[in-house]
Amino acid sequence: MTVYLTESPLDLGELLASVQSPERGGVACFLGTVRNHHGGREVLRLDYSAYGPMVEAECARIVAEAESRWQVAVALRHRIGRLEIGDAAVAVAAASAHRDEAFVACRHVIEELKRRVPIWKREVFADGTVEWVGSGAAGQPDSGTAGQRVSELHVTGALGGTTR
Amino acid sequence: MPSTTTPTLTVHVLLFASYADTLGFDSVELSLEAPAKVGDVLDRLRVLPGGERLPPKPLCALNLTHVGPDMPISSGDELAILPPLAGG
Repeated sequence: MTVYLTESPLDLGELLASVQSPERGGVACFLGTVRNHHGGREVLRLDYSAYGPMVEAECARIVAEAESRWQVAVALRHRIGRLEIGDAAVAVAAASAHRDEAFVACRHVIEELKRRVPIWKREVFADGTVEWVGSGAAGQPDSGTAGQRVSELHVTGALGGTTR
Repeated sequence: MPSTTTPTLTVHVLLFASYADTLGFDSVELSLEAPAKVGDVLDRLRVLPGGERLPPKPLCALNLTHVGPDMPISSGDELAILPPLAGG
C-alpha cells in the first residue's frame, strides 16, 4: 500500500524511479517548494498539518482516477511538519508512452490535490505573526490548540435539545 | 418491545487547523437525536464558544469522504470539519 504522507524530506528520484519503465518514454514531474514571500510579506517557514487518514484515502482516489483516465503511472507524496524555505512540500511524477499524457496527468493530480486533499499550512512571517493559509485568521506563534482533546463534551442540556 | 426513549446516535467530530483554534478543541463526541444529518452536527457546533465563526457551508468529510450538509449520519461515524484546504 502506498503511503502518500511523510514527515521526511521528499525524494524526487525515488518517485521518478517508481513510475519509469521501458515502455513509458515521457516522464513529467512537479515539485512544490516553500516560497519566501506571500502577499508582499516575508515568510520564514511553513508548518504543515493534515488529516492523515483522509489524505491517504483521497490521494489514492486521485491517483486511481488519473491512471484510469490516461495511460499513465503516477506517484505522489506530500510532506508535513516544519518546512524551511526551499524545502519540497509536494511532489508528483507521471510517466506515459508520450509526453502529452504525462504532462496532463501530472497537472491534473496536483490541481486535484490542492482542491480535495485535507492539508493545511501555517505561515510564519518575518514580523512574528503566524497565519493559517486560506483562513484569513491571524494568531500568535504557538497559539494553536493542536493536540488538545476533549473526549466528552456534554452540551446536550445546554442546547435545550435533550436526547434522553 | 418498543422503546420509549428517543433514539440517539453518537458521532465523532474532528476539527483541524484554524477551526480547532477557533473552537479550542480538535476532537469531540456528540450525541444527537436520530435521524441526523451533517448539517445538524454543524448546528450543534455553532452554538459552542467560537462556533459562530464557522462559515455557513464549511467543507465536511464523513468517514474520509467529502460530503455535503444533507448527508445522513449513522452512529459511530467520523465527521471532520475542514478549513479551507492549503496543500501543495
